[in-house]
Amino acid sequence: MSALLEVKNITKIFPKVRANDGVNLTVEEGEIHAILGENGAGKSTLMNIIYGLYKPDSGELKLSGETLNLSGPHEAIEKGIGMVHQHFMLIPVLTVAENIVLGAEPGGIPYNKKKANELIREISKNYHLEIDPDAKVKDLSVGLQQRVEILKAFYRHAKLLILDEPTAMLTPQETEELFGIMRRLKEQGISIIFISHKLDEVKEISDKVTVMRRGKTVGTLNTKDTNEQELANLMVGREVVLRVEKSEYKPGDVVLSVKDLTVLDEQNIEKVKNVSFEIRSGEIFGLAGIDGNGQTELIEALMGLRQIKSGIIKYQNSDIEKLPTRERYKLGISYIPQDRQQEGLIMKFSVADNLILKEYKDIRYSKNGVIQYKKVFENASKKVEEYDIRPTDYTLLAGNLSGGNQQKIILAREVGSNPKLLIAVQPTRGMDVGAIEYIHKKLLELRDGGSAILLVSLELEEIMSLSDRIGVIHNGVIMDILDGKSATREKIGLLMAGSQIDAKEVEV
Amino acid sequence: MKEILLNPQLWSATLAMATPLALPALGGTFSERSGVVNIAMEGIMLIAAFFAVLFAHLTGSAWLGLLGAVIVGMIVAVIFAWAAVTLTADQVILGMAINIFASGFTAYLLNTIFGFSGTPTDTPMLPNIDIPIIKNIPFVGQILSGNSVIVYLMIILIFASDYFLFHTNLGLRIRAVGENPEAAETAGINVIKLRYLGVALSGLFSAIGGAYLSIGLLNSFSTDMSSGRGYIALAAMIFGKWTPFGSFGAALLFGFATALSMQLQNSALSKNIIMMLPYILTVLALVGVGGKSVSPAADGVPYTPKK
Ligand SMILES: Nc1ncnc2c1ncn2[C@@H]1O[C@H](COP(=O)(O)OP(=O)(O)OP(=O)(O)O)[C@@H](O)[C@H]1O
Ligand SMILES: [Mg+2]
Repeated sequence: MSALLEVKNITKIFPKVRANDGVNLTVEEGEIHAILGENGAGKSTLMNIIYGLYKPDSGELKLSGETLNLSGPHEAIEKGIGMVHQHFMLIPVLTVAENIVLGAEPGGIPYNKKKANELIREISKNYHLEIDPDAKVKDLSVGLQQRVEILKAFYRHAKLLILDEPTAMLTPQETEELFGIMRRLKEQGISIIFISHKLDEVKEISDKVTVMRRGKTVGTLNTKDTNEQELANLMVGREVVLRVEKSEYKPGDVVLSVKDLTVLDEQNIEKVKNVSFEIRSGEIFGLAGIDGNGQTELIEALMGLRQIKSGIIKYQNSDIEKLPTRERYKLGISYIPQDRQQEGLIMKFSVADNLILKEYKDIRYSKNGVIQYKKVFENASKKVEEYDIRPTDYTLLAGNLSGGNQQKIILAREVGSNPKLLIAVQPTRGMDVGAIEYIHKKLLELRDGGSAILLVSLELEEIMSLSDRIGVIHNGVIMDILDGKSATREKIGLLMAGSQIDAKEVEV
Repeated sequence: MKEILLNPQLWSATLAMATPLALPALGGTFSERSGVVNIAMEGIMLIAAFFAVLFAHLTGSAWLGLLGAVIVGMIVAVIFAWAAVTLTADQVILGMAINIFASGFTAYLLNTIFGFSGTPTDTPMLPNIDIPIIKNIPFVGQILSGNSVIVYLMIILIFASDYFLFHTNLGLRIRAVGENPEAAETAGINVIKLRYLGVALSGLFSAIGGAYLSIGLLNSFSTDMSSGRGYIALAAMIFGKWTPFGSFGAALLFGFATALSMQLQNSALSKNIIMMLPYILTVLALVGVGGKSVSPAADGVPYTPKK
């Protein structure tokens, strides 16, 4: 084997932040090379440099021994570098096919739709990534959008494929599929840089692991010679507890009660069908399910972001299904949305402003309609410290923070307001192990303090380790509600897939 | 009323009045599809209208007048693009500045070059064209034949624009840039270059529209003769949902309103009410009557490539 990519002493300085500080990395031909590092360690920055989006301040890139001086992504693509970005780089109003071929369309002047669709069908068949080339991207589920991103890179015949947290959005099944594809690509001699915060994934799929900390590479290990604990410690720089300690389950009064709820999607198709469940104070209710089975519609209905067709939503014994979202917030409901960039944050606002997005009218932060910045900054500096948001400068724009740190802003805002009911969709998506450890601790604290929590996650591990009860949703129907202690992976998996073989009737 | 509607003059006037709206509306479609709001089209039309007369007069050829107008119009557009795209200046403020400049600049040139008597009466005009066979059909022939060559050019340009924007690779890229420049850039597309292209095309189309006013409909230039058509064109473009055929349809509707108000000079129905039509329709389109009009997602948002 010989080195395909060599990164030598790369440094990249953003205003106020040294994102990459003398980074070294060697990726061999046909190897899957994982990069691990805390949120904000500089992983995405390094990948963007390799992809030609950022210019390094100093250092050298070599591809197959040849020095690269990239003036932009088009050159990187030409040299055979492909990248799936941490945040979607898709155009919602265009079709799947148009998104995939964009910038490298088949044929001459006219857009050859037939040829494009044909090529895409071929690739999607080869890699077992089913997709309808004519579908509009905006109509696709998050998982399918991710699939489009991956197809985009394959379409360009990348020989070095960068996957920046590709599994953060995928279901366990989809992740397994992706791993299958990665293995096949590896056999074909393609090198893959794989970024993930999930140590088990890194352990399973990679040949080598490079760990980054605070802009520096702290070491490269052979995956088979290491273990998850060692990696976690190396990455965070301290001992990390990978298992959650949970106190006894002491449910209180019912906080949220959903009865016979039916919700439609944009096409007037029933996405949530007659769903009923209750969540009590001091309880974490996990909602497990494959992406696209009605979770989004259910949550949006609970938050007042989507009209319901029928049913009752009771919060602390009063009907709230007609209340606007703002009123629901005021009643003490908090919400961590799935799409942090679209729904959770205003990317062009500062961290401090984002932290008071819901409460700017509160007397704590505004007087006679004028925002009291002294108070806002006090709040920001407290939250930044408490939730370990990096960098600590809260005047930075949210959009300039790393993905995991953006997530932390939302968490600080939503968990920090001490809600009576927290609806958390994928709360730890894209967070590093240290941060996940912390967030899990926070969620359990909230539960022990008497809050009710609805946890929606595609991550079975997370659902199983945190939930007191687990509802499994399939095709808009809650298949069963299981006891958190006794539920098994297999049983949940079966229910998620819609099998009711041994699903017994459980009344809530 | 029936009399008026059956008068072929009303319909050929509709076509004539729609042309100087449809052309900049087409131009605006390209510019906004690439993500740049170009309200400077008003000023570009005016400047082009002036230079069309100047060059036509100097060379004795209306065609060279048109060519000169187009060149000057595109130069102004590229200057606009440089400030808006490269320097990421505020597009609306910049456009206003160009419009105010255009108004003063053309008035100044008119006086210094041609004096107070106005542009010379012997300035050549672009020809009208008779279409064989069609011209002999009663009623229809009177409407569709014998129009200015620019009218026919516009019709060709509408089809060409639709093909370009929705059926070519370059058109796809332009639309991508106006929707999500970051995504386009990561796909290897040069965002800046395509935005220049979009703006330059808006300059080209507006300039033809301006030349039509001064050497197509007339053979003279007067101050502020574009009289807000660049703005109404933007309304037509929005009403037409940022598509060439839609823009043309809206321009026809607005042109009809103008033609009707000219025919109704002496009637009881106030001309001003009819002249309000384009604006009312645009507001209705924007609030979503008849399907919401959704602008390109990155329309008007400057893009700074990552460094
Ligand atoms: N465009 C930018 N302008 C200013 N600072 C930036 C910019 N992009 C990234 N940074 C900063 O650089 C540092 C590294 O960010 P990067 O996105 O590379 O982290 P990461 O390792 O990918 O983290 P995560 O796991 O959370 O995605 C962070 O401190 C971030 O705030
Ligand atoms: Mg990242």
